[in-house]
Amino acid sequence: MGKLIGEAVKRVEDRRFTTGAGQYTDDIVLPRMTHAHIVRSHLAHARIRSVNTAAAENASGVVAVLTGEDFKDVGGVPCGWQVDFKDGTTMHEPKHPILVADKVRHVGDAVAVVIAETKAQAKDGADLVEVDYEELPVVTDSTAALQPGAPLVHDDLPNNMVFDWELGDQGATDAGIASAHHVTKLEIRNQRLVPNAIEPRSYIGDYDAARDFYTLYTSSQNPHVIRLLMCAFVLGLPEHKVRVVARDVGGGFGSKIYHYTEEALVIWASKKIGRPIKWTSERSEAFLTDAHGRDHNTTAEMGFDAGGKITALRVRTDANLGAYLSTFSTCIPTYLHGTLLQGQYTTPAIHISLNAVFTNTTAVDAYRGAGRPEATYLIERLMDTAAAELNIDPAELRKRNFIPPFDGVNEPGYQTQVALQYDSGNYVAAMDKALETIGYQDLRREQEEARKQGRYLGIGFSSYIEACGIAPSAVVGSLGARAGLFESANVRVQPTGKVSVYTGSHSHGQGHETTFAQVVADNLGIPMEDVEIVHGDTEQVAFGMGTYGSRSLAVGGSAISKALDKIKEKGAKIAAHLLEASADDLDFADGSWTVRGTDKSVAFGEVSLAAYVPHNFPEGMEPGIEFNSFYDPVNFTYPFGTYIAVVEVDPDTGTVSLKRFVAVDDVGNIINPMIVDGQIMGGVAQGVGQALLEGANYDESGQLSTGTYLDYAMPRADDLPSIEVSQNVTPCPHNPLGVKGCGEAGTIGSTPAVVNAAIDALRPLGVTDLEMPLSPPRVWSAIQQASA
Amino acid sequence: MQVTMTVNGSSFTSEVESRTLLVQHLRDNLDLTGTHVGCDTSSCGACTIVVNGEAVKSCTLLAVQCDGAEITTIEGLANGDTLHPIQEGFREKHGLQCGFCTPGMIMTSWQLLERNPNPSDGEIRHALEGNFCRCTGYDNIVKAVQWAAQNS
Repeated sequence: MGKLIGEAVKRVEDRRFTTGAGQYTDDIVLPRMTHAHIVRSHLAHARIRSVNTAAAENASGVVAVLTGEDFKDVGGVPCGWQVDFKDGTTMHEPKHPILVADKVRHVGDAVAVVIAETKAQAKDGADLVEVDYEELPVVTDSTAALQPGAPLVHDDLPNNMVFDWELGDQGATDAGIASAHHVTKLEIRNQRLVPNAIEPRSYIGDYDAARDFYTLYTSSQNPHVIRLLMCAFVLGLPEHKVRVVARDVGGGFGSKIYHYTEEALVIWASKKIGRPIKWTSERSEAFLTDAHGRDHNTTAEMGFDAGGKITALRVRTDANLGAYLSTFSTCIPTYLHGTLLQGQYTTPAIHISLNAVFTNTTAVDAYRGAGRPEATYLIERLMDTAAAELNIDPAELRKRNFIPPFDGVNEPGYQTQVALQYDSGNYVAAMDKALETIGYQDLRREQEEARKQGRYLGIGFSSYIEACGIAPSAVVGSLGARAGLFESANVRVQPTGKVSVYTGSHSHGQGHETTFAQVVADNLGIPMEDVEIVHGDTEQVAFGMGTYGSRSLAVGGSAISKALDKIKEKGAKIAAHLLEASADDLDFADGSWTVRGTDKSVAFGEVSLAAYVPHNFPEGMEPGIEFNSFYDPVNFTYPFGTYIAVVEVDPDTGTVSLKRFVAVDDVGNIINPMIVDGQIMGGVAQGVGQALLEGANYDESGQLSTGTYLDYAMPRADDLPSIEVSQNVTPCPHNPLGVKGCGEAGTIGSTPAVVNAAIDALRPLGVTDLEMPLSPPRVWSAIQQASA
Repeated sequence: MQVTMTVNGSSFTSEVESRTLLVQHLRDNLDLTGTHVGCDTSSCGACTIVVNGEAVKSCTLLAVQCDGAEITTIEGLANGDTLHPIQEGFREKHGLQCGFCTPGMIMTSWQLLERNPNPSDGEIRHALEGNFCRCTGYDNIVKAVQWAAQNS
């Protein structure tokens, strides 16, 4: 192998995207298609007394008006992961109906839908739907929602608890904290974020009565899972009578993993009205209804001995899951957060105690990083804070605590205190490279000089680890997942030697059509132009678990790799027959099988043709050359790295300016370095966004006060410097490509580095903590308080 | 109301509701779906096109305001099969991932390079601050525009 793997091959998909020829769901127009507009609650918590649809039904162009009453016998969208209470009781899982009939539980809850000939008519009709509400008291904060007497989001669920949960050795952890030479403690608000993929969610439901067949076009990261959930849990449809198509999807970042109510709505209602229905979210709706991310209230304590070695980590978190359980909401604060609290360190005792809580807010689920940013944030904030308190350089404090290098082959994987076993890692190498890249010693001198001139430069670190390549089915099954997390691939060699690859993985910006084609072309020794990567259609792809958790290449790519092995094995047998040699005597290179030590060879294309024109074919062998593979990983993968941020803070205004950002990542083997760099840079931008700009806020009445782009600050081009990215390579020891995944690293690692840098800048002014996002007023106030 | 506009070199006369936004007209009536809608507050820039030589967010204009206008959308930027240098630059420098913001980014970049053929990185970032990209972190977009500036 090796002509294409490792090369910065330009992307195959870019031509259509740069010419406006991409086909996103809202671009699709079907004959006789109608348009839906959803009537949403403007109140955060209210009982529905009545819904009057008469005026809307008579409005121009309106085809149908449906309310919660119409969906009373229809299922709700399910949660895909069961996490039980500490005492073994099953988690509380109230129905999330397609349209609500009894009471609304957050601003944006769906009450009715108006279906009309045009989008404008649907919207006009929706204005005429009259809903009579009885307002109820509201709670939006998770910790407040747990207090006695708090409003109940679901009337029959006491204390608004979804479940309580713990992980780790509490006794050892309490002892490690109690006996520590020094304890660093932080109260952390990991604020709520809105994912904000730039393409709003969009769905078309199309029921074909002649075939009794449903087609859903959806902006989804995982069409097969949507089909499964919708058929089996919501609508009770036969799965083989439903096609789900998700072609070009304009970003996801987690928010398009989940099965949303509107998907089931357009399918169910399409049969009812006998016409296709399109619903496309407006941005204001997206703010209210796309699953949000983060929203943890945490107390974290880390103990250290006199030599700066960590003795224990104790974490208490209230996790806000919103008003309903989104598809993977329950596993994010638990199995993707608590299990990452080992970080890169040899911490001998760890315990987390967590409450998952209902509130009158939009559902919270995975957002890029998903649990791992929250874990990394608290660990890495503790490390820089402890370094300052102990008067040890933050890089040095980390080095004293790093797990020593292990490759997972000659040295075993590292068993953490929180269930996971890391596959391979070389944490000190990433740190050293980051220190060298940024010129650390010079930078500290520069910081000293700047302080003398009254300028406040700060340097912040973050050494992150993540669990990616989600995930071994048996492991996640034992932890409550209601799905397997394998991936499928089908490699179909056409008679002319062209190759079609059908992957259950899904690209919504990741560039599968390029990266996967590099793997296939290199493996078979054929040009990339001869490879077509097909994804996002349940009629074409056998099955798929989709893309999230940085799993595409590690799991989906591995499935392709396994299928390619089968192709080459059969190809070798056909070639051996054609060459009248033993398959064991053949070498396969550059797309040809050659009898070792001779010039007798047969090309891949000739073998392909022979497979479909089997006139001269091995006896007993089936014609054709096409193989499936279902790859179930044996472990998660564990990418890691060290990030260093340099900021300057203007103490007069509180403005934090990011001056430099060095990212050293180790994501295992790299197929396309251009794409890896791009994923890291984009991820860093989102993590910096959380640190400096972004935050979803609810007011006391439960209104989302940051519900538009005018109020929710996302990073713009002039908010960010150039990100300095580079990689080390510690291969993954347990998948065929040796890859670990790079989609979330930047977001997971970057946030604490920036906040640590800002605090480092302001430490001479007495500032020891800052709450995200580091908006100028907030930073300015912290400076004033510290100096008061 | 009747409106006539020249889009990507062809003249179109259509009957539109007076409240129809230009972007809706392009997408729904003229089937030019390369121009995207990413927000409802004129903040994201995904709908940026060129009207009478100026890059504008097509959600900020009514179709009826553009009677007689000369319009270029992303579909009209390439010269046949030959991509415009900005389109080529975005491909060369990995200036796009999901592609949804890309048409608006490219049209805004077109305006910048018309006015300033050799912009600094800072000038590019300033020019693009009205366009959101959630995927790239903007760095490669800046490089893409620089590539286009050098190869125009």
